[in-house]
Amino acid sequence: MTTDTATSASPAVARRPRRDPAAAILPAFTGLVVLFLLLPIIVMIVFGFNDLRGRFNFTWQGFTLEHYANIFTSQPRMNDALLNSIIVAVVSTLVATALGTLIGLALSRYEFRGRGPLNLLIFLPIATPEVVLGASLLALFVSAGVARDITTIVIAHVMFNISYVVVTVRARLVGFNRNVEEAAADLGADEWTTFWKVTFPLIFPGILAAAMLAFAFSIDDFVITQFTAGIDQTFPLWVYGASRIGVPPEVNVMGTIIFGLAILGIVAWSLLQRRDHLTATPTRMDR
Amino acid sequence: MAGWLRRHRGLVPYLFLLPGGAWLILFFVLPMLIMASVALQEGTLGTGYQLTFNFGIFPEVLGRYDAQFIRSLVYALIVTALTLAIGYPMAYTIAFRGGRYKNVLLLLVILPFFTSFIIRTISWKFILADQGFVLGTLKEIGILDEGFRLLATPVAVISGITYNYLPFVVLPLYVALEKIDYRLVEAATDLYASRAQAFLRVTLPLSMSGVFAGSLLAFIPAAGDYINAELLGGTRETTMIGNVVQTLYLTNNDYPQASAISLILMAGLILGVIAYQRILRGQELTV
Repeated sequence: MTTDTATSASPAVARRPRRDPAAAILPAFTGLVVLFLLLPIIVMIVFGFNDLRGRFNFTWQGFTLEHYANIFTSQPRMNDALLNSIIVAVVSTLVATALGTLIGLALSRYEFRGRGPLNLLIFLPIATPEVVLGASLLALFVSAGVARDITTIVIAHVMFNISYVVVTVRARLVGFNRNVEEAAADLGADEWTTFWKVTFPLIFPGILAAAMLAFAFSIDDFVITQFTAGIDQTFPLWVYGASRIGVPPEVNVMGTIIFGLAILGIVAWSLLQRRDHLTATPTRMDR
Repeated sequence: MAGWLRRHRGLVPYLFLLPGGAWLILFFVLPMLIMASVALQEGTLGTGYQLTFNFGIFPEVLGRYDAQFIRSLVYALIVTALTLAIGYPMAYTIAFRGGRYKNVLLLLVILPFFTSFIIRTISWKFILADQGFVLGTLKEIGILDEGFRLLATPVAVISGITYNYLPFVVLPLYVALEKIDYRLVEAATDLYASRAQAFLRVTLPLSMSGVFAGSLLAFIPAAGDYINAELLGGTRETTMIGNVVQTLYLTNNDYPQASAISLILMAGLILGVIAYQRILRGQELTV
């Protein structure tokens, strides 16, 4: 509810009628930065419709939907790589979210020795450049004689995602009201029932946010994947390899489809939230 | 099991920590130790390696790759300064002037994450191309000299890295600014502070947590980046230390040198983060 006070306080200043031309600078600047952020995406989408001849998708040569029509057949290896990416992201997200949530729970609701070293162990992977994480994992796999394939990619992705999950879940648990758990216990629920009926539903949004973050990091990871992948390629690795000989328009098409699906997901999610918000009664527990 | 746990309550948090902690020890701490030992070994991939405690390798690689170390540091500092200079006004605008468009603006900031980082960087390569639709057009009109180029220059590499990490800086800045009670700023102006003074003495100090988190989220990955340097640079004059590690590890198979460089990079960054935290006293280490 802090957001409400902030928004209701600021318009008093923001909406004061002003002839000051300087007042337009900040919004104009923000608009330009948004354009800067979106420019490469616009280029990606537009050139997915390019009717190119030859190998290089560099100049506009006419409109076509051909690359969309053949998207599932014309680049089978790209689709294999995309499938690998999805498998890696789903598996590593599930594992990292489970392991990270457990650590987050332990950190926020138990007193125990060794918090300092544990916090360091959580923080260091976030503070280490990806190239060093990847290199060290390669050193591990090479010296252990482990063949690198999709399993080693998953292992690496779980590793770098655990920390992000812990940080996200812990942030969510900071304001947790333990009275509701005590109320459940007073009403005769055992610890197991209390956890699944009271605690888990309340922290679930935090866990979901952490899982979404982990999924986003995993599916787009390039650096650590490049060091830990052997024969199995992921989508970013395949695109990188293809970029050396000219990126086929199918990459633009697949990028556009993924982008569209992500936007659809966000829109659906916010609509669901709005509906929940409208139907929620004022006596909801998380208030 | 449940009864045993009830009698040993102190063990519960450790059970929560065990799987995630073990994963981090096996796939983060252990690889770092192996990398440290590899750095101190001599030999080749063909003949095998022997641990000779060759500490001389650290000054050796520092001397051999000093240009790339310094370039990475300089690029990362410029990128951090640029992302703060661009990101702060933007986050400020969204937090204080966003009104009901706040969420839409935030969505626009994270929209780049919905497309692959590799595809976006390749898009930039295309936008900045010598005869691409931007430079090519400007050259045709005669605004730019025929020989003018952006690709393969430090400008392209620094812009690319700035682009990639800008959203990571805007988000924590926004979170910090959004938390500020605007009445404090109003109190300052009521007490005859000019708007500049109110900003410098109230808003800016209160947003330092965001500046701290944001600058780390830009500086650390920027210092280890090699994709922008490779795709947008690609010349000897833009080679960063990440490119050196990648080439030594994945192309030359010179594991001792690559490991030594990785360790120096990591140690340097950790010391830098600690020093930075001292300068901005009191900022939390965890993001």
